[in-house]
Amino acid sequence: MKPLLVFAGLWLCGFAVDFSFDAFIQLILIYIMINMMLAMSLNLVNGYTGQFSLGHAGFMAVGAYTSGFLSTMLPPMAGGLQIFSYFFYAISGGLAAALAGWLVGLPSLRLKGDYLAIVTLGFGEIIRVILLNTQAVGGARGMYGILGPTDWDLGGFVVSKFVIGYTHALFWVVLCFLTIWRLIRSSHGRAFLSVREDEVAAEAMGVNTTQAKVRAFVLSSFFAGVAGSIFAHYANYLNPGSFAFMRSIDAVIMVVLGGMGSLSGSLLAAVFITVLPEALRPLKDLTGVDLRMVIYSLSLILLMILRPKGLFGSNEITDFIRRKSSAQKVKA
Amino acid sequence: MKLLEAQNITMQFGGLKAVDQLSFHIQQGELMGLIGPNGAGKTTVFNMLTGVYRPTLGEVVFDGKTITGLKPYQISRLGVTRTFQNIRLFKDLSVLQNVLVASNQHLSYGMAAPVLKTKGFLSQEKEAQEKALQLLSIFGLEKKAQDEASSLPYGEQRKLEIIRALATEPKLICLDEPAAGMNHQETHHLMETIAKIRKDFKLTVLLIEHDMKLVMGICERIVVLDHGCKIEEGTPRQVQSSAKVIEAYLGTDAELQGGSV
Amino acid sequence: MEDFVQHIINGVSLGSIYALIALGYTMVYGILQLINFAHSDVYMMGAFASYYTAMFLGRDNQPGVGTLVILLVASMVACSLLGLVIERFCYRPLRKAPKLNILITAIGVSLFLEYFAQVVFGADPKVFPSVLNDTVLAEMNGVQLKSSDVTVLAVTVIMMLILNFVIYKTMLGKAMRATSTNMSVASLMGVNTDKIIAFTFIVGSSLAGVGSVLVGMKYPKIDPLMGMLIGLKAFVAAVLGGIGNIAGAVLGGLLMGVSEEMVVGYLSSTYRDAFAFGILIVILIFRPSGLLGKNSVEKV
Repeated sequence: MKPLLVFAGLWLCGFAVDFSFDAFIQLILIYIMINMMLAMSLNLVNGYTGQFSLGHAGFMAVGAYTSGFLSTMLPPMAGGLQIFSYFFYAISGGLAAALAGWLVGLPSLRLKGDYLAIVTLGFGEIIRVILLNTQAVGGARGMYGILGPTDWDLGGFVVSKFVIGYTHALFWVVLCFLTIWRLIRSSHGRAFLSVREDEVAAEAMGVNTTQAKVRAFVLSSFFAGVAGSIFAHYANYLNPGSFAFMRSIDAVIMVVLGGMGSLSGSLLAAVFITVLPEALRPLKDLTGVDLRMVIYSLSLILLMILRPKGLFGSNEITDFIRRKSSAQKVKA
Repeated sequence: MKLLEAQNITMQFGGLKAVDQLSFHIQQGELMGLIGPNGAGKTTVFNMLTGVYRPTLGEVVFDGKTITGLKPYQISRLGVTRTFQNIRLFKDLSVLQNVLVASNQHLSYGMAAPVLKTKGFLSQEKEAQEKALQLLSIFGLEKKAQDEASSLPYGEQRKLEIIRALATEPKLICLDEPAAGMNHQETHHLMETIAKIRKDFKLTVLLIEHDMKLVMGICERIVVLDHGCKIEEGTPRQVQSSAKVIEAYLGTDAELQGGSV
Repeated sequence: MEDFVQHIINGVSLGSIYALIALGYTMVYGILQLINFAHSDVYMMGAFASYYTAMFLGRDNQPGVGTLVILLVASMVACSLLGLVIERFCYRPLRKAPKLNILITAIGVSLFLEYFAQVVFGADPKVFPSVLNDTVLAEMNGVQLKSSDVTVLAVTVIMMLILNFVIYKTMLGKAMRATSTNMSVASLMGVNTDKIIAFTFIVGSSLAGVGSVLVGMKYPKIDPLMGMLIGLKAFVAAVLGGIGNIAGAVLGGLLMGVSEEMVVGYLSSTYRDAFAFGILIVILIFRPSGLLGKNSVEKV
């Protein structure tokens, strides 16, 4: 019941955004939502299951390209029906990415720590290189002409393309959040956490750690693929360069910044990471020098040294509210 | 009946034979001790029985089934559980979560059920939580259910490891030096606890221990290991008076007197 | 046949450079279990240090042994200092932190150096000063032995000999080996592990500095991102040989160099770079401890 209310509430906000803000802000909002999904899904693997994956961009790429490619093959839908087509593309992208996740995960997840990081990095790059050399999806030139949402004319009222796209993206963000949130509070989530805490002890207590790791990985890849699909239909153009190592690093930064094991932290971090380059743009225009990445990387170093737990550590924002209210009770 | 049988198991690490052609068995319901000087290979034996190491040679048979080469989680699900010499709790998880992880194997819902909050999921979770809290209360830890496992004092952490192992609903429990770091009072309490869980949970117990008071006090039968080989087997009295055992622990008369061997 | 020999010569030359850089990765990993992502960017900074030194001294067009020595010294000093600073301020505070944190910090340092260099030096490639006149020393049936290749090999061999001497014949080297085997015990035995770690960074970074001058000599275009690709290949070389193993880094470097030349020569040059990734994946899946590494079993 509660999630439906949250969804409805946020959905209505979409209309307000559509009304009040220009296309640029609207696009930022969509990108925030894409980053939210990337951060949450990576958090499942890195934060909750304790596996260090550095190749998230690869799965996003698989989802994006699958989704984009399908949409160039199939006839575009219009009006109210288009949202179903976007769901279809998103699910296809997600499933393709999940398959990639399974293929990458199976051999890699036996490895520990640093090694796993390097292998996933390698796979992420290999996926990119394969896409770069596959002419059917545009190769180095990229894939053009991927359709995005269009306005829906209802006669007197026009549902803007933003609202359509926003609704679609919102659905997935809420679903991603809900899935991970509830899964963590179940036996499966406990399995993930036990793998993070102590694999040997987890195995001794009957947890199939390999299965847990693969499951986390595949589920995470699915949502990364969906995020990629949404990205494809907004960017309308795909290029393997968009899914390079930096993209995976962005995802890792979001997870660490928000707190490994904190979904609400990931959401906040996604907002921050998406908005920061734009917020720093005036600085670039002012000084003529693009210091954004320099500041970005410096902040990363400082964050790790000074506040490695990130914003929320492994807590959720609800934990802080609860603590505050119980502290107030004690005072009274 | 024989619950567990080790048949000529050998563990070889490169050039080192940690365990050499060891054979022994445990009867159902028995409380057996595995002792020997440091480095004798006792924990290695545990690791071989629980699937952490695959024996280089030999077979392990549990409850009539050959379990050699099975993965630890598979062996756990068949009814063998253990605690660790150096406590291996899930430090950042709560006390309750530590116990719940162990009961995962008895839950049967898929991955969609928790997301959809199905009736099956909710009822199974409720049952699991109740069982876990019950276990905790037997040991007096139910008030600390939400505390972080690492915040417990040492003695309670050891208890939690045992509780966690019990939550897997085992037939055989292997305790690896459960009295390590305990004083006399705590050790005595532990002896009572072990006896109690054996009775209440209908367990078979295999115990590695250095504290001889504990071992001689509760074990019905003892296997003595030295340099990976079994050098003695029998009741506490037989083991205590065995010359071979004394020599393994204390050295020969000549060594004791400072002379050359 | 001639082609084959030429490829071998080129491969050994290339592989020597990979080996020099790989040593930095392997030594730091051996002692801190850290994959020093920033290593390839320290390498890049060394090249720029040499470049600016040559500019400053007006030696940008005076090839000769004197120039070679000056550039090597400039690069090695710059790299050592940079490596030291990074270790002291970015890695040391995280000694006790979870491995993930320090890995992310290393990535952050790497990115910082790349973007810093782009801002300060400019993203356009610069022309490295000419170090030595490249002459053909010997020729047989179309196979050429160039002086640049001989120089690379000679410098590399000298560096290896010095390194070998330090590691195996000095107290300092013994302390390094002890620290990388077991840091806490080494410190209990009186080894100043902080100093040893700092020294490890100095050595590893200097070698990268040497590598950058040699690369600048062979391929005179330098730019802020020059470390990325070669860093990756050198890292793969280190893993191939067994990360943490010094002889492994050398072996891995040579193997990577020679096989890369073979792939380019007999397969296709488009696969030159993808080849490194492929090797990496294959080793990590089938033999993560590398050729000379040992499989360590976790004690439960």
